[in-house]
Amino acid sequence: MSAPSDKFGRPVVVVTGMGVVTSLGAGKQDNWRKLTAGESGIRTVTRFPIDGLKSTMAGTVDFVTVDPVTSTGLTERLAEMATEEALEQAAIGAKADFPGPLFLAVAPVEVEWPQRLELGRAIGKTEFGYDDMLRVSGGGRFTAYHHRFMFGSVASYLAESFGTKGSPISLSTACASGATAIQLGVEAIRRGDANAALCVATDGSVNPEALVRFSLLSALSTQNNPPQAASKPFSKNRDGFVMAEGAGAMVLESYESATARGAKILGVVAGCGELTDSFHRTRSSPDGKPIIGCMRKTLADAGLEPEQIDHINAHGTATPENDKMEYNTTAVVFGEHLPKIPVSSNKSMVGHTISAAGAVEAVFSLLTLEHQRIPPTINYEIPDPAILFDVVGNTARDAKVTAVMSNSFGFGGQNASLILTREPV
Amino acid sequence: MTESKSPAAKEVWITGIGIVSSLGEGLDAHWDALNEKKINVDDKRFAPYIVHPLAPVTFDAQIPKKGDQRQMEAWQRIGTYAAGLALDSAGVKGDKEILGRMDMIVAAGGGERDLAVDLAIMTADAKGNSSPAFLNERLMNDLRPTLFLAQLSNLLAGNIAIVHGVCGTSRTFMGEEAASIDAARVALARIEAGQSDIALVGAAHNGERSDLLVLYEFGDFNLTEKFVPVWQREDKSGFALGSAGCFLVLESREHAEARGAKPYAKLTKVVADLAQRKQPGAVTKSLEALWPKLGVAGDSGHLITGATGVEPVTSEEKVFLRQHPGFAVRATGTMFGHTLETQFPLGLALAALSLSRGALFPPNDPTGLEVEKADAPDQIVVVGAGHWQGEGMALVEAVK
Repeated sequence: MSAPSDKFGRPVVVVTGMGVVTSLGAGKQDNWRKLTAGESGIRTVTRFPIDGLKSTMAGTVDFVTVDPVTSTGLTERLAEMATEEALEQAAIGAKADFPGPLFLAVAPVEVEWPQRLELGRAIGKTEFGYDDMLRVSGGGRFTAYHHRFMFGSVASYLAESFGTKGSPISLSTACASGATAIQLGVEAIRRGDANAALCVATDGSVNPEALVRFSLLSALSTQNNPPQAASKPFSKNRDGFVMAEGAGAMVLESYESATARGAKILGVVAGCGELTDSFHRTRSSPDGKPIIGCMRKTLADAGLEPEQIDHINAHGTATPENDKMEYNTTAVVFGEHLPKIPVSSNKSMVGHTISAAGAVEAVFSLLTLEHQRIPPTINYEIPDPAILFDVVGNTARDAKVTAVMSNSFGFGGQNASLILTREPV
Repeated sequence: MTESKSPAAKEVWITGIGIVSSLGEGLDAHWDALNEKKINVDDKRFAPYIVHPLAPVTFDAQIPKKGDQRQMEAWQRIGTYAAGLALDSAGVKGDKEILGRMDMIVAAGGGERDLAVDLAIMTADAKGNSSPAFLNERLMNDLRPTLFLAQLSNLLAGNIAIVHGVCGTSRTFMGEEAASIDAARVALARIEAGQSDIALVGAAHNGERSDLLVLYEFGDFNLTEKFVPVWQREDKSGFALGSAGCFLVLESREHAEARGAKPYAKLTKVVADLAQRKQPGAVTKSLEALWPKLGVAGDSGHLITGATGVEPVTSEEKVFLRQHPGFAVRATGTMFGHTLETQFPLGLALAALSLSRGALFPPNDPTGLEVEKADAPDQIVVVGAGHWQGEGMALVEAVK
């Protein structure tokens, strides 16, 4: 490998540990095997009643349970599992003594329905208002719920468990959160503020209200049967995304400190970019300029030309608007080179892990680089004729992959892209 | 982790301030209110809980489209309004070239719930009327489709982008009081390192919410019955939630000078910690450990704290303050209430405002902890210790 600095004189940021949990399973090995076999983790929800819901399937992580049952508790546990795997691989620091800061992408936290109903029943009346709720809330009976439903609670648990340094940062950029967590880690290392950073993204929030909220925004697929065929990125008959759970974790280090301790380098975060869209709360600017700008900023940040990207891990949510917009903007950025770039969406199999997606897909992108094999976009039976990507449809494809662009776009005009490479560029 | 500042670090100026709170809106109104020792509390609306309600605000002045206002809940309107004031104050409002590359870090909680929908479901459940499908059906039928967007944490930033055109990067930090300490810390670090030229940083909070009172009541954090200043709450611990929005425009000195912008002050340092508050005195220890990292000159000066009035953290902070008896202290919690994520930016804003006006505002404290200090400040320390976790400090200095 080459110099510890990139062509702009900044420290090269490498990945030395990765962990992942999705509906397909826990750990890189299980996920990679199923992902490249084209298996779906989407199933009919059994965690709670689905009566009355329009979308009844999700990529829930059912093999992990927490007590008491809360989305925030599950979110925390998924993050912990992914982090444990990443730290074991990186073999950095000592147990519970990670030598750097934590950047955590996490879903916004709020009091959840089981707890809210428990509170209502504690009042002992059948007609009540918030005054009555307030009267029973204090006095120590529900102290644990204060802690559980603080926004900072997941990060503080992880910071203590893994001994990360300084004030841990919890962040949300909606569906781009995972990419933003990695970006913040890269920036901290490039500034020289840290030699290592733990970047984690997690989401365990498949619950009735979350499904209803996305459903009311008409964002979810309603093709409930069979559930594993619901997520159809780039297909003509796609009709929305499928909510899912998961977590991704990455240990980032400066190339210099990773090599100094003899760590195995799994890949490089060569570039990050972000550009906000101010057009609408949920829709992209029709001209696609913010997304185009985001991808171009990322290429510039990596010092790469479009021709040097040989795979795109797409945001590919399978909503009618996203996939079309993603194709149109990518076509502008990559021009004549686009047909030569195989494109795939992991969301066809694991669903949309929302706050975790950017990091989960970054882990999958690095595994793609490692194995020189691109996971498929399953359910690709009826290609959308308006989307002329070279979609890696239905079966995995062996390919020479040296640089992957991973895209994430979210509500609130959030656009973020990463470029991951095997070697420093 | 390296704490020292690289020699090439750029100087960072505060060139814009926007505040809206229970005391009014804008810098002059706040300066006057602080000097008149004004406090605006409502002890009736949520009795026995006390809140500092938002002063009357004409949102049209910063959010001209009614459609935009309707898409937001109160916390987003407060924040989008305060962000507009900050951009006005920095002289960049409507400057598409600058706004198009301006970075943004917002510290946010979440939006209010639809209380009527929640209560209808809860009372039906308490009556035993809830079939398995009941919750799903009520939520599907009764929730306003766009309410989610008014609740999502990152949609305050989203609304600021839509209304004001702030479109560089957009990041939302969460995690109560610590979120805004880190927002200021990261924005400062990025500008110092040349990763950013200009950034909008701040937060907003609507304290007039029953659902928030419930959340904090779980931990017995609410002040009840009678309002007293934060330093007088040792025997009756608690915070009074406050409504406020506060944003700052941070900018490298060279960027500000190139466009002829005048600074209120410079932001020299922001440090943060996450103390494990398991032993008594942990907060005192954390603040003591942060202090030498600030680079405070001398053993006397001025200090603005966001102390909550919650025990034991406020008493532990008092122990720290007593170790620095030369510093004149002001607690924003007495005048503004506790505004969670907004408290730290508010401290930074009042520090910058005081430096620019050549005086610290007067004490507002019958216990005598806050003392008069007539001399013009050169430096003001801003302190934040969250009600349950998160500690931080900043040094704001006069530009000479």
